[in-house]
Amino acid sequence: MRAWGLSQGPCYAALLTNMSTEFIIIILVVVYLRRALKAKLFIPEWHDRLQWLLYASIGLIVAQVVTDNFRILLHWVGMIMLGWLLYNLNKNEKFKEAKFLVTAIVPYLAVAFVIAVIRLIDIDLYNEWRGWADAIQTFAVIWGVGTWIVTRKQRKELIRAKQKAHEEEENNKVISAMKAQLEVEVAERTAELRKQKEELEITLHELKSAQTQLIQSEKMASLGELTAGIAHEIQNPLNFVNNFSEVNRELIAEMKHEINVGNMAEAKNIAKDIQDNEEKINYHGKRADAIVKSMLQHSRSSSGKKEATDINALADEYLRLAYHGLRAKDKSFNAKFQTDFDDRIAPINIVHQDIGRVLLNLINNAFYSVSEKQQRDIPGYEPTITVTTKKIGDGRVEIRVADNGNGVPKKVLDKIFQPFFTTKPTGLGTGLGLSLSYDIIKRGHGGELKVETKEGEGAEFIIILPIQ
Amino acid sequence: MKILVVDDERDIEVLFEQRFRREIKTGEIDFAFAYSGEQALQYLTQHVHEAVLILSDINMPGMSGLELLRHIKQKFSHPPPVVMMITAYGDAENYNQAMRLGADDFLTKPLDFTLLKEKLKDKVQ
Repeated sequence: MRAWGLSQGPCYAALLTNMSTEFIIIILVVVYLRRALKAKLFIPEWHDRLQWLLYASIGLIVAQVVTDNFRILLHWVGMIMLGWLLYNLNKNEKFKEAKFLVTAIVPYLAVAFVIAVIRLIDIDLYNEWRGWADAIQTFAVIWGVGTWIVTRKQRKELIRAKQKAHEEEENNKVISAMKAQLEVEVAERTAELRKQKEELEITLHELKSAQTQLIQSEKMASLGELTAGIAHEIQNPLNFVNNFSEVNRELIAEMKHEINVGNMAEAKNIAKDIQDNEEKINYHGKRADAIVKSMLQHSRSSSGKKEATDINALADEYLRLAYHGLRAKDKSFNAKFQTDFDDRIAPINIVHQDIGRVLLNLINNAFYSVSEKQQRDIPGYEPTITVTTKKIGDGRVEIRVADNGNGVPKKVLDKIFQPFFTTKPTGLGTGLGLSLSYDIIKRGHGGELKVETKEGEGAEFIIILPIQ
Repeated sequence: MKILVVDDERDIEVLFEQRFRREIKTGEIDFAFAYSGEQALQYLTQHVHEAVLILSDINMPGMSGLELLRHIKQKFSHPPPVVMMITAYGDAENYNQAMRLGADDFLTKPLDFTLLKEKLKDKVQ
Protein backbone atom coordinates (compact mmCIF):
# COMPACT_ATOMS: atom_id res chain seq x y z
CA MET A 1 0.00 0.00 0.00
CA ARG A 2 3.10 2.20 -0.17
CA ALA A 3 2.06 3.11 -3.59
CA TRP A 4 -0.64 5.34 -2.27
CA GLY A 5 2.05 7.49 -0.62
CA LEU A 6 4.33 7.65 -3.63
CA SER A 7 2.11 8.93 -6.31
CA GLN A 8 -1.60 9.21 -6.41
CA GLY A 9 -2.15 8.70 -10.19
CA PRO A 10 0.11 5.78 -11.03
CA CYS A 11 -0.86 4.09 -7.73
CA TYR A 12 -4.51 4.26 -8.67
CA ALA A 13 -3.71 2.94 -12.10
CA ALA A 14 -1.54 0.25 -10.61
CA LEU A 15 -4.27 -0.72 -8.24
CA LEU A 16 -6.70 -1.00 -11.09
CA THR A 17 -4.16 -2.87 -13.10
CA ASN A 18 -3.24 -5.24 -10.33
CA MET A 19 -6.75 -5.84 -9.30
CA SER A 20 -8.86 -6.18 -12.38
CA THR A 21 -7.39 -5.01 -15.67
CA GLU A 22 -7.19 -8.55 -17.15
CA PHE A 23 -10.81 -9.29 -16.21
CA ILE A 24 -12.04 -5.92 -17.48
CA ILE A 25 -10.21 -6.52 -20.71
CA ILE A 26 -11.77 -10.01 -20.94
CA ILE A 27 -15.25 -8.51 -20.35
CA LEU A 28 -14.67 -5.81 -22.97
CA VAL A 29 -13.37 -8.34 -25.48
CA VAL A 30 -16.25 -10.75 -24.87
CA VAL A 31 -18.82 -7.97 -25.11
CA TYR A 32 -17.15 -6.75 -28.29
CA LEU A 33 -17.06 -10.23 -29.79
CA ARG A 34 -20.72 -10.78 -29.01
CA ARG A 35 -21.83 -7.41 -30.30
CA ALA A 36 -19.59 -6.62 -33.18
CA LEU A 37 -19.00 -10.10 -34.47
CA LYS A 38 -22.38 -11.49 -33.52
CA ALA A 39 -20.55 -14.51 -32.18
CA LYS A 40 -23.81 -16.26 -31.41
CA LEU A 41 -24.71 -16.38 -35.07
CA PHE A 42 -21.38 -17.05 -36.69
CA ILE A 43 -19.48 -19.00 -34.06
CA PRO A 44 -22.15 -20.88 -32.06
CA GLU A 45 -19.67 -23.26 -30.37
CA TRP A 46 -17.96 -20.20 -28.87
CA HIS A 47 -21.14 -18.57 -27.62
CA ASP A 48 -21.32 -20.60 -24.44
CA ARG A 49 -17.58 -20.39 -23.76
CA LEU A 50 -17.67 -16.60 -24.04
CA GLN A 51 -20.70 -16.55 -21.78
CA TRP A 52 -18.84 -18.52 -19.13
CA LEU A 53 -15.77 -16.37 -19.53
CA LEU A 54 -17.91 -13.27 -18.98
CA TYR A 55 -19.55 -14.62 -15.84
CA ALA A 56 -16.22 -15.89 -14.49
CA SER A 57 -14.54 -12.52 -15.07
CA ILE A 58 -17.38 -10.63 -13.36
CA GLY A 59 -17.25 -13.11 -10.46
CA LEU A 60 -13.49 -12.82 -10.09
CA ILE A 61 -13.63 -8.98 -10.19
CA VAL A 62 -16.14 -9.14 -7.42
CA ALA A 63 -13.84 -11.56 -5.58
CA GLN A 64 -10.89 -9.20 -5.98
CA VAL A 65 -12.87 -6.31 -4.61
CA VAL A 66 -14.27 -8.29 -1.70
CA THR A 67 -11.06 -9.96 -0.58
CA ASP A 68 -7.43 -9.07 -0.77
CA ASN A 69 -6.22 -12.56 0.10
CA PHE A 70 -5.92 -14.15 -3.36
CA ARG A 71 -4.77 -11.02 -5.09
CA ILE A 72 -1.69 -12.45 -6.79
CA LEU A 73 -3.39 -15.73 -7.56
CA LEU A 74 -6.36 -13.97 -9.14
CA HIS A 75 -3.97 -11.79 -11.09
CA TRP A 76 -2.32 -14.90 -12.51
CA VAL A 77 -5.71 -16.48 -13.20
CA GLY A 78 -6.74 -13.28 -15.03
CA MET A 79 -3.56 -13.31 -17.11
CA ILE A 80 -3.96 -16.99 -17.98
CA MET A 81 -7.60 -16.50 -18.95
CA LEU A 82 -6.72 -13.47 -21.08
CA GLY A 83 -3.78 -15.33 -22.62
CA TRP A 84 -6.03 -18.28 -23.43
CA LEU A 85 -8.63 -15.96 -24.98
CA LEU A 86 -6.03 -14.14 -27.08
CA TYR A 87 -4.49 -17.45 -28.11
CA ASN A 88 -7.87 -18.62 -29.40
CA LEU A 89 -8.59 -15.30 -31.09
CA ASN A 90 -5.29 -15.63 -32.89
CA LYS A 91 -5.72 -19.30 -33.73
CA ASN A 92 -9.37 -19.47 -34.79
CA GLU A 93 -9.99 -18.27 -38.32
CA LYS A 94 -13.54 -17.28 -37.39
CA PHE A 95 -12.21 -14.50 -35.16
CA LYS A 96 -10.28 -13.03 -38.05
CA GLU A 97 -12.01 -9.70 -37.73
CA ALA A 98 -11.14 -9.47 -34.03
CA LYS A 99 -7.47 -10.21 -34.50
CA PHE A 100 -6.54 -6.59 -33.98
CA LEU A 101 -7.46 -7.20 -30.33
CA VAL A 102 -4.53 -9.54 -30.10
CA THR A 103 -2.22 -6.84 -31.42
CA ALA A 104 -3.73 -4.34 -28.97
CA ILE A 105 -3.65 -6.50 -25.87
CA VAL A 106 -0.61 -8.76 -26.25
CA PRO A 107 1.92 -5.99 -25.32
CA TYR A 108 -0.02 -5.26 -22.17
CA LEU A 109 -0.27 -8.93 -21.26
CA ALA A 110 3.42 -9.50 -21.90
CA VAL A 111 4.39 -6.54 -19.77
CA ALA A 112 1.98 -7.62 -17.01
CA PHE A 113 3.35 -11.17 -17.22
CA VAL A 114 6.99 -10.07 -16.97
CA ILE A 115 6.23 -7.73 -14.08
CA ALA A 116 4.27 -10.45 -12.30
CA VAL A 117 7.13 -12.90 -12.79
CA ILE A 118 9.70 -10.43 -11.44
CA ARG A 119 7.45 -9.71 -8.53
CA LEU A 120 7.17 -13.39 -7.78
CA ILE A 121 10.90 -14.04 -7.98
CA ASP A 122 12.39 -10.87 -6.52
CA ILE A 123 10.01 -8.56 -4.76
CA ASP A 124 12.81 -6.10 -3.99
CA LEU A 125 13.76 -5.73 -7.59
CA TYR A 126 10.10 -5.25 -8.35
CA ASN A 127 9.76 -2.60 -5.73
CA GLU A 128 12.93 -0.89 -6.94
CA TRP A 129 11.68 -0.70 -10.59
CA ARG A 130 8.01 -0.39 -9.75
CA GLY A 131 7.71 3.19 -11.09
CA TRP A 132 9.16 2.06 -14.43
CA ALA A 133 6.95 -1.00 -14.44
CA ASP A 134 3.86 1.10 -13.91
CA ALA A 135 4.93 3.48 -16.61
CA ILE A 136 5.53 0.63 -19.06
CA GLN A 137 2.24 -0.92 -18.08
CA THR A 138 0.47 2.43 -18.57
CA PHE A 139 2.19 2.74 -21.92
CA ALA A 140 0.97 -0.73 -22.85
CA VAL A 141 -2.56 0.30 -21.92
CA ILE A 142 -2.23 3.44 -24.05
CA TRP A 143 -0.89 1.25 -26.86
CA GLY A 144 -3.91 -1.00 -26.51
CA VAL A 145 -6.35 1.88 -26.49
CA GLY A 146 -4.53 3.51 -29.40
CA THR A 147 -4.62 0.32 -31.43
CA TRP A 148 -8.31 -0.01 -30.62
CA ILE A 149 -9.00 3.56 -31.82
CA VAL A 150 -6.92 3.20 -34.95
CA THR A 151 -8.62 -0.06 -35.75
CA ARG A 152 -12.01 1.46 -35.14
CA LYS A 153 -11.11 4.22 -37.55
CA GLN A 154 -9.93 1.67 -40.07
CA ARG A 155 -13.12 -0.29 -39.57
CA LYS A 156 -15.17 2.81 -40.12
CA GLU A 157 -13.27 3.44 -43.32
CA LEU A 158 -13.80 -0.14 -44.25
CA ILE A 159 -17.52 0.28 -43.64
CA ARG A 160 -17.45 3.45 -45.69
CA ALA A 161 -15.62 1.60 -48.44
CA LYS A 162 -18.17 -1.17 -48.21
CA GLN A 163 -20.90 1.38 -48.40
CA LYS A 164 -19.21 2.88 -51.40
CA ALA A 165 -18.93 -0.56 -52.93
CA HIS A 166 -22.57 -1.06 -52.17
CA GLU A 167 -23.41 2.25 -53.81
CA GLU A 168 -21.33 1.24 -56.76
CA GLU A 169 -23.19 -2.01 -56.87
CA GLU A 170 -26.44 -0.04 -56.85
CA ASN A 171 -25.05 2.11 -59.62
CA ASN A 172 -24.07 -0.97 -61.51
CA LYS A 173 -27.56 -2.28 -61.06
CA VAL A 174 -28.95 0.94 -62.45
CA ILE A 175 -26.44 0.79 -65.27
CA SER A 176 -27.26 -2.80 -66.07
CA ALA A 177 -30.96 -1.92 -65.95
CA MET A 178 -30.26 0.88 -68.39
CA LYS A 179 -28.18 -1.49 -70.45
CA ALA A 180 -31.03 -3.95 -70.57
CA GLN A 181 -33.37 -1.15 -71.59
CA LEU A 182 -30.86 -0.08 -74.23
CA GLU A 183 -30.61 -3.61 -75.48
CA VAL A 184 -34.37 -3.75 -75.84
CA GLU A 185 -34.26 -0.49 -77.77
CA VAL A 186 -31.42 -1.74 -79.94
CA ALA A 187 -33.35 -4.92 -80.60
CA GLU A 188 -36.37 -2.85 -81.57
CA ARG A 189 -34.25 -0.66 -83.81
CA THR A 190 -32.61 -3.73 -85.32
CA ALA A 191 -36.00 -5.25 -86.01
CA GLU A 192 -37.05 -1.98 -87.60
CA LEU A 193 -33.92 -1.89 -89.73
CA ARG A 194 -34.38 -5.50 -90.69
CA LYS A 195 -37.92 -4.72 -91.72
CA GLN A 196 -36.66 -1.78 -93.76
CA LYS A 197 -34.01 -3.99 -95.29
CA GLU A 198 -36.61 -6.55 -96.23
CA GLU A 199 -38.79 -3.83 -97.70
CA LEU A 200 -35.81 -2.54 -99.65
CA GLU A 201 -35.07 -6.03 -100.85
CA ILE A 202 -38.62 -6.35 -102.07
CA THR A 203 -38.33 -2.97 -103.76
CA LEU A 204 -35.05 -4.02 -105.33
CA HIS A 205 -36.66 -7.20 -106.53
CA GLU A 206 -39.54 -5.20 -107.97
CA LEU A 207 -37.11 -2.81 -109.61
CA LYS A 208 -35.22 -5.72 -111.09
CA SER A 209 -38.35 -7.22 -112.52
CA ALA A 210 -39.37 -3.78 -113.76
CA GLN A 211 -35.98 -3.53 -115.42
CA THR A 212 -36.45 -6.93 -117.00
CA GLN A 213 -39.85 -5.80 -118.21
CA LEU A 214 -38.36 -2.58 -119.53
CA ILE A 215 -35.70 -4.50 -121.39
CA GLN A 216 -38.42 -6.75 -122.75
CA SER A 217 -40.51 -3.75 -123.76
CA GLU A 218 -37.45 -2.20 -125.39
CA LYS A 219 -37.17 -5.44 -127.36
CA MET A 220 -40.85 -5.32 -128.20
CA ALA A 221 -40.58 -1.64 -129.15
CA SER A 222 -37.75 -2.40 -131.52
CA LEU A 223 -39.78 -5.34 -132.76
CA GLY A 224 -42.66 -2.92 -133.37
CA GLU A 225 -40.30 -0.76 -135.40
CA LEU A 226 -39.33 -3.86 -137.25
CA THR A 227 -42.80 -5.18 -137.90
CA ALA A 228 -43.57 -2.95 -140.88
CA GLY A 229 -40.16 -3.66 -142.32
CA ILE A 230 -40.64 -7.33 -141.76
CA ALA A 231 -44.08 -7.22 -143.37
CA HIS A 232 -42.57 -5.63 -146.44
CA GLU A 233 -39.68 -8.03 -146.46
CA ILE A 234 -42.01 -11.00 -146.23
CA GLN A 235 -44.52 -9.61 -148.72
CA ASN A 236 -41.96 -9.46 -151.52
CA PRO A 237 -40.84 -13.09 -151.40
CA LEU A 238 -44.43 -14.23 -150.90
CA ASN A 239 -45.45 -12.32 -154.02
CA PHE A 240 -42.73 -14.10 -155.94
CA VAL A 241 -43.83 -17.46 -154.58
CA ASN A 242 -47.41 -16.79 -155.66
CA ASN A 243 -46.49 -15.31 -159.03
CA PHE A 244 -44.04 -17.99 -160.04
CA SER A 245 -46.45 -20.65 -158.89
CA GLU A 246 -49.19 -19.16 -161.11
CA VAL A 247 -46.78 -18.89 -163.99
CA ASN A 248 -45.86 -22.52 -163.56
CA ARG A 249 -49.51 -23.55 -163.64
CA GLU A 250 -49.89 -21.79 -166.98
CA LEU A 251 -46.62 -23.26 -168.22
CA ILE A 252 -47.64 -26.77 -167.29
CA ALA A 253 -50.89 -26.35 -169.22
CA GLU A 254 -48.92 -25.06 -172.18
CA MET A 255 -46.42 -27.89 -171.93
CA LYS A 256 -49.26 -30.44 -172.00
CA HIS A 257 -50.57 -28.74 -175.09
CA GLU A 258 -47.18 -28.84 -176.80
CA ILE A 259 -46.78 -32.53 -175.92
CA ASN A 260 -50.21 -33.26 -177.35
CA VAL A 261 -49.38 -31.58 -180.64
CA GLY A 262 -46.04 -33.40 -180.62
CA ASN A 263 -43.84 -30.33 -180.28
CA MET A 264 -41.41 -31.97 -177.93
CA ALA A 265 -38.64 -29.39 -178.35
CA GLU A 266 -40.93 -26.61 -177.17
CA ALA A 267 -42.25 -28.82 -174.38
CA LYS A 268 -38.67 -29.32 -173.20
CA ASN A 269 -38.09 -25.57 -173.23
CA ILE A 270 -41.17 -25.04 -171.14
CA ALA A 271 -40.10 -27.79 -168.74
CA LYS A 272 -36.78 -25.98 -168.29
CA ASP A 273 -38.65 -22.77 -167.46
CA ILE A 274 -40.87 -24.60 -165.00
CA GLN A 275 -37.79 -25.98 -163.28
CA ASP A 276 -36.19 -22.52 -163.09
CA ASN A 277 -39.39 -21.07 -161.67
CA GLU A 278 -39.59 -23.87 -159.18
CA GLU A 279 -36.14 -22.89 -157.96
CA LYS A 280 -37.30 -19.29 -157.64
CA ILE A 281 -40.31 -20.39 -155.62
CA ASN A 282 -38.08 -22.39 -153.34
CA TYR A 283 -35.61 -19.54 -152.97
CA HIS A 284 -38.25 -16.96 -152.07
CA GLY A 285 -40.04 -19.37 -149.76
CA LYS A 286 -36.81 -19.86 -147.85
CA ARG A 287 -36.24 -16.13 -147.83
CA ALA A 288 -39.61 -15.53 -146.16
CA ASP A 289 -38.87 -18.37 -143.77
CA ALA A 290 -35.54 -16.83 -142.76
CA ILE A 291 -37.18 -13.47 -142.11
CA VAL A 292 -39.86 -14.99 -139.89
CA LYS A 293 -37.20 -16.94 -138.04
CA SER A 294 -35.07 -13.87 -137.43
CA MET A 295 -38.14 -11.98 -136.23
CA LEU A 296 -38.90 -14.74 -133.76
CA GLN A 297 -35.30 -14.79 -132.72
CA HIS A 298 -35.38 -11.08 -132.12
CA SER A 299 -38.45 -11.19 -129.90
CA ARG A 300 -37.34 -14.20 -127.93
CA SER A 301 -35.24 -13.57 -124.87
CA SER A 302 -31.66 -14.22 -125.66
CA SER A 303 -30.58 -17.82 -125.27
CA GLY A 304 -27.10 -16.46 -124.73
CA LYS A 305 -25.77 -19.21 -126.95
CA LYS A 306 -23.05 -18.15 -129.31
CA GLU A 307 -23.23 -19.54 -132.80
CA ALA A 308 -21.08 -19.13 -135.85
CA THR A 309 -22.72 -16.25 -137.73
CA ASP A 310 -22.04 -14.50 -141.02
CA ILE A 311 -21.70 -10.95 -139.76
CA ASN A 312 -22.10 -9.48 -143.27
CA ALA A 313 -25.41 -11.25 -143.85
CA LEU A 314 -26.59 -10.20 -140.39
CA ALA A 315 -25.71 -6.56 -140.97
CA ASP A 316 -27.41 -6.62 -144.40
CA GLU A 317 -30.55 -8.21 -143.00
CA TYR A 318 -30.95 -5.71 -140.19
CA LEU A 319 -30.10 -2.76 -142.42
CA ARG A 320 -32.95 -3.70 -144.73
CA LEU A 321 -35.34 -4.38 -141.86
CA ALA A 322 -34.55 -1.08 -140.20
CA TYR A 323 -34.92 0.78 -143.46
CA HIS A 324 -38.27 -0.71 -144.30
CA GLY A 325 -39.43 -0.24 -140.72
CA LEU A 326 -38.69 3.45 -140.92
CA ARG A 327 -40.21 3.74 -144.37
CA ALA A 328 -43.37 2.14 -143.10
CA LYS A 329 -43.62 4.75 -140.37
CA ASP A 330 -42.69 7.73 -142.47
CA LYS A 331 -43.63 7.25 -146.14
CA SER A 332 -41.93 10.40 -147.28
CA PHE A 333 -38.61 9.38 -145.81
CA ASN A 334 -35.94 8.07 -148.04
CA ALA A 335 -32.26 7.54 -147.53
CA LYS A 336 -29.39 6.13 -149.41
CA PHE A 337 -27.83 3.17 -147.79
CA GLN A 338 -24.47 1.84 -148.67
CA THR A 339 -22.73 -1.27 -147.59
CA ASP A 340 -19.10 -2.14 -147.75
CA PHE A 341 -18.61 -5.67 -146.54
CA ASP A 342 -15.26 -7.37 -146.11
CA ASP A 343 -15.54 -10.82 -147.71
CA ARG A 344 -12.53 -12.10 -145.79
CA ILE A 345 -14.52 -12.26 -142.58
CA ALA A 346 -15.27 -15.87 -141.71
CA PRO A 347 -18.35 -16.64 -139.59
CA ILE A 348 -17.71 -15.52 -136.01
CA ASN A 349 -19.15 -16.83 -132.76
CA ILE A 350 -21.78 -14.41 -131.50
CA VAL A 351 -25.24 -14.44 -129.97
CA HIS A 352 -27.11 -13.84 -133.21
CA GLN A 353 -30.17 -12.02 -131.89
CA ASP A 354 -28.15 -9.89 -129.46
CA ILE A 355 -25.77 -8.55 -132.09
CA GLY A 356 -28.79 -8.19 -134.39
CA ARG A 357 -30.43 -6.04 -131.74
CA VAL A 358 -27.32 -3.85 -131.47
CA LEU A 359 -27.15 -3.43 -135.23
CA LEU A 360 -30.85 -2.66 -135.44
CA ASN A 361 -30.50 -0.10 -132.68
CA LEU A 362 -27.49 1.61 -134.25
CA ILE A 363 -29.03 1.59 -137.72
CA ASN A 364 -32.36 2.88 -136.40
CA ASN A 365 -30.54 5.68 -134.58
CA ALA A 366 -28.66 6.51 -137.77
CA PHE A 367 -31.89 6.64 -139.79
CA TYR A 368 -33.52 8.73 -137.09
CA SER A 369 -30.61 11.15 -137.14
CA VAL A 370 -30.60 11.62 -140.92
CA SER A 371 -34.40 11.97 -141.04
CA GLU A 372 -34.16 14.70 -138.40
CA LYS A 373 -31.58 16.51 -140.48
CA GLN A 374 -33.60 16.01 -143.63
CA GLN A 375 -36.51 17.87 -142.10
CA ARG A 376 -34.35 20.98 -141.92
CA ASP A 377 -34.46 21.14 -145.76
CA ILE A 378 -30.76 21.71 -146.31
CA PRO A 379 -30.15 22.12 -150.06
CA GLY A 380 -28.20 19.25 -151.55
CA TYR A 381 -28.48 17.14 -148.43
CA GLU A 382 -28.60 13.47 -149.21
CA PRO A 383 -29.31 11.31 -146.17
CA THR A 384 -26.87 8.43 -146.24
CA ILE A 385 -26.26 5.45 -143.99
CA THR A 386 -23.16 3.38 -144.46
CA VAL A 387 -22.55 0.00 -142.90
CA THR A 388 -19.02 -1.26 -143.17
CA THR A 389 -17.46 -4.46 -141.95
CA LYS A 390 -13.75 -5.02 -141.83
CA LYS A 391 -11.38 -7.62 -140.56
CA ILE A 392 -8.80 -5.74 -138.53
CA GLY A 393 -5.58 -6.98 -137.00
CA ASP A 394 -5.15 -9.18 -133.91
CA GLY A 395 -8.16 -11.38 -134.61
CA ARG A 396 -10.90 -8.79 -134.44
CA VAL A 397 -13.76 -7.66 -136.61
CA GLU A 398 -14.98 -4.10 -136.88
CA ILE A 399 -18.51 -3.07 -137.83
CA ARG A 400 -19.11 0.59 -138.49
CA VAL A 401 -22.54 2.20 -138.73
CA ALA A 402 -22.08 5.70 -140.07
CA ASP A 403 -24.61 8.39 -140.88
CA ASN A 404 -24.37 11.96 -142.15
CA GLY A 405 -27.03 13.20 -139.75
CA ASN A 406 -26.83 15.72 -136.95
CA GLY A 407 -24.13 13.95 -134.96
CA VAL A 408 -23.98 13.68 -131.19
CA PRO A 409 -23.67 16.97 -129.27
CA LYS A 410 -20.49 17.16 -127.22
CA LYS A 411 -22.29 17.80 -123.93
CA VAL A 412 -24.22 14.53 -124.09
CA LEU A 413 -21.45 12.43 -125.59
CA ASP A 414 -20.47 10.85 -122.28
CA LYS A 415 -24.08 10.11 -121.41
CA ILE A 416 -25.33 8.32 -124.48
CA PHE A 417 -24.46 4.86 -123.16
CA GLN A 418 -26.20 5.47 -119.84
CA PRO A 419 -29.52 3.74 -119.24
CA PHE A 420 -32.63 5.89 -119.78
CA PHE A 421 -30.71 8.66 -121.47
CA THR A 422 -32.40 9.73 -124.67
CA THR A 423 -32.42 12.80 -126.85
CA LYS A 424 -35.59 11.70 -128.55
CA PRO A 425 -38.90 13.35 -127.59
CA THR A 426 -40.87 11.64 -124.81
CA GLY A 427 -42.47 8.45 -126.02
CA LEU A 428 -40.13 7.99 -128.94
CA GLY A 429 -37.19 6.43 -127.17
CA THR A 430 -36.82 4.26 -124.09
CA GLY A 431 -33.28 5.43 -123.53
CA LEU A 432 -32.25 1.82 -123.21
CA GLY A 433 -31.14 1.11 -126.75
CA LEU A 434 -27.52 2.21 -126.55
CA SER A 435 -27.08 1.12 -122.96
CA LEU A 436 -28.31 -2.37 -123.80
CA SER A 437 -26.14 -2.37 -126.91
CA TYR A 438 -23.14 -1.39 -124.86
CA ASP A 439 -23.86 -4.23 -122.41
CA ILE A 440 -24.26 -6.77 -125.18
CA ILE A 441 -21.01 -5.81 -126.89
CA LYS A 442 -18.89 -5.22 -123.80
CA ARG A 443 -20.14 -7.83 -121.36
CA GLY A 444 -21.77 -10.34 -123.65
CA HIS A 445 -19.04 -10.51 -126.25
CA GLY A 446 -15.94 -8.94 -124.72
CA GLY A 447 -15.89 -6.34 -127.47
CA GLU A 448 -15.96 -2.57 -127.69
CA LEU A 449 -18.58 -0.04 -128.68
CA LYS A 450 -17.28 3.41 -129.52
CA VAL A 451 -18.55 6.51 -131.17
CA GLU A 452 -16.86 9.06 -133.40
CA THR A 453 -18.87 12.13 -134.13
CA LYS A 454 -18.74 15.67 -135.38
CA GLU A 455 -21.66 17.80 -134.39
CA GLY A 456 -23.79 18.66 -137.39
CA GLU A 457 -21.87 16.37 -139.72
CA GLY A 458 -22.75 12.89 -138.56
CA ALA A 459 -21.88 10.07 -136.25
CA GLU A 460 -20.12 6.78 -136.62
CA PHE A 461 -20.65 3.95 -134.17
CA ILE A 462 -17.93 1.33 -134.14
CA ILE A 463 -18.42 -2.19 -132.87
CA ILE A 464 -15.28 -4.20 -132.38
CA LEU A 465 -15.76 -7.92 -131.80
CA PRO A 466 -13.13 -10.52 -131.08
CA ILE A 467 -13.29 -13.41 -133.54
CA GLN A 468 -12.68 -15.95 -130.79
CA MET B 1 -44.16 -1.19 -177.23
CA LYS B 2 -41.22 -0.67 -174.91
CA ILE B 3 -41.91 -0.94 -171.20
CA LEU B 4 -39.34 -0.02 -168.55
CA VAL B 5 -39.78 -1.91 -165.30
CA VAL B 6 -38.11 -0.39 -162.24
CA ASP B 7 -37.77 -2.53 -159.09
CA ASP B 8 -34.94 -3.35 -156.70
CA GLU B 9 -36.02 -6.99 -156.70
CA ARG B 10 -34.03 -8.66 -159.48
CA ASP B 11 -36.34 -11.62 -159.87
CA ILE B 12 -38.98 -9.23 -161.20
CA GLU B 13 -37.20 -9.55 -164.55
CA VAL B 14 -37.65 -13.33 -164.78
CA LEU B 15 -41.20 -13.02 -163.56
CA PHE B 16 -42.18 -10.45 -166.19
CA GLU B 17 -40.45 -12.39 -168.94
CA GLN B 18 -42.44 -15.47 -167.98
CA ARG B 19 -45.72 -13.71 -167.48
CA PHE B 20 -45.47 -11.85 -170.77
CA ARG B 21 -43.65 -14.50 -172.73
CA ARG B 22 -46.38 -14.67 -175.38
CA GLU B 23 -46.40 -10.90 -175.81
CA ILE B 24 -42.60 -10.90 -175.90
CA LYS B 25 -42.62 -13.73 -178.44
CA THR B 26 -45.02 -11.92 -180.70
CA GLY B 27 -43.05 -8.72 -180.28
CA GLU B 28 -46.09 -7.00 -178.90
CA ILE B 29 -44.23 -5.87 -175.79
CA ASP B 30 -40.51 -5.30 -175.22
CA PHE B 31 -39.22 -5.05 -171.67
CA ALA B 32 -36.29 -3.18 -170.23
CA PHE B 33 -35.35 -3.43 -166.56
CA ALA B 34 -33.78 -1.07 -164.07
CA TYR B 35 -33.01 -1.92 -160.44
CA SER B 36 -33.07 1.56 -159.00
CA GLY B 37 -34.43 5.01 -159.69
CA GLU B 38 -31.00 6.21 -160.68
CA GLN B 39 -30.58 3.37 -163.17
CA ALA B 40 -34.00 4.11 -164.62
CA LEU B 41 -33.15 7.77 -165.21
CA GLN B 42 -29.88 6.74 -166.82
CA TYR B 43 -31.74 4.39 -169.13
CA LEU B 44 -34.29 7.02 -170.05
CA THR B 45 -31.55 9.53 -170.82
CA GLN B 46 -29.70 7.04 -172.99
CA HIS B 47 -32.79 5.73 -174.76
CA VAL B 48 -34.83 8.85 -175.34
CA HIS B 49 -38.41 8.27 -176.45
CA GLU B 50 -37.91 4.53 -176.45
CA ALA B 51 -39.95 3.59 -173.46
CA VAL B 52 -43.55 4.61 -173.74
CA LEU B 53 -44.56 3.11 -170.44
CA ILE B 54 -42.81 2.95 -167.14
CA LEU B 55 -43.75 0.58 -164.34
CA SER B 56 -42.03 1.57 -161.12
CA ASP B 57 -41.89 0.28 -157.59
CA ILE B 58 -42.12 2.99 -154.95
CA ASN B 59 -40.04 1.51 -152.11
CA MET B 60 -36.48 1.29 -153.22
CA PRO B 61 -33.26 2.19 -151.49
CA GLY B 62 -31.79 5.44 -152.71
CA MET B 63 -34.07 7.27 -155.08
CA SER B 64 -37.62 6.25 -154.42
CA GLY B 65 -40.24 5.54 -157.06
CA LEU B 66 -42.00 8.80 -156.28
CA GLU B 67 -38.83 10.81 -156.81
CA LEU B 68 -38.26 9.00 -160.07
CA LEU B 69 -41.80 9.87 -161.06
CA ARG B 70 -41.17 13.53 -160.35
CA HIS B 71 -37.98 13.50 -162.39
CA ILE B 72 -39.65 11.78 -165.31
CA LYS B 73 -42.54 14.18 -165.35
CA GLN B 74 -40.15 17.14 -165.25
CA LYS B 75 -37.52 16.01 -167.74
CA PHE B 76 -39.27 13.82 -170.22
CA SER B 77 -42.35 15.71 -171.20
CA HIS B 78 -42.35 15.36 -175.04
CA PRO B 79 -44.31 13.18 -175.23
CA PRO B 80 -44.82 12.37 -171.55
CA PRO B 81 -44.42 8.63 -170.96
CA VAL B 82 -47.13 6.73 -169.15
CA VAL B 83 -45.98 6.05 -165.58
CA MET B 84 -47.66 3.40 -163.45
CA MET B 85 -46.66 3.11 -159.81
CA ILE B 86 -46.53 -0.21 -158.00
CA THR B 87 -46.22 -0.50 -154.24
CA ALA B 88 -46.56 -2.98 -151.41
CA TYR B 89 -47.99 -0.19 -149.29
CA GLY B 90 -51.33 0.55 -150.86
CA ASP B 91 -52.09 3.35 -148.46
CA ALA B 92 -53.84 6.62 -149.23
CA GLU B 93 -50.79 8.77 -148.61
CA ASN B 94 -48.65 6.95 -151.16
CA TYR B 95 -51.52 6.94 -153.62
CA ASN B 96 -52.28 10.65 -153.26
CA GLN B 97 -48.65 11.61 -153.55
CA ALA B 98 -48.22 9.49 -156.66
CA MET B 99 -51.31 11.03 -158.21
CA ARG B 100 -50.21 14.54 -157.33
CA LEU B 101 -46.87 13.90 -158.99
CA GLY B 102 -48.71 12.88 -162.14
CA ALA B 103 -48.76 9.09 -162.01
CA ASP B 104 -51.02 7.61 -164.63
CA ASP B 105 -51.99 4.61 -162.57
CA PHE B 106 -51.44 3.04 -159.19
CA LEU B 107 -51.12 -0.70 -158.62
CA THR B 108 -50.52 -2.64 -155.43
CA LYS B 109 -48.43 -5.71 -154.86
CA PRO B 110 -49.02 -8.59 -155.28
CA LEU B 111 -49.51 -7.69 -158.92
CA ASP B 112 -52.58 -8.96 -160.66
CA PHE B 113 -51.05 -9.71 -164.04
CA THR B 114 -54.39 -10.21 -165.77
CA LEU B 115 -55.40 -6.74 -164.69
CA LEU B 116 -51.99 -5.36 -165.63
CA LYS B 117 -52.21 -6.85 -169.10
CA GLU B 118 -55.60 -5.28 -169.65
CA LYS B 119 -54.36 -1.91 -168.49
CA LEU B 120 -51.31 -2.14 -170.72
CA LYS B 121 -53.48 -2.95 -173.70
CA ASP B 122 -55.70 0.02 -172.86
CA LYS B 123 -52.70 2.33 -172.66
CA VAL B 124 -51.30 1.10 -175.92
CA GLN B 125 -54.52 1.72 -177.68
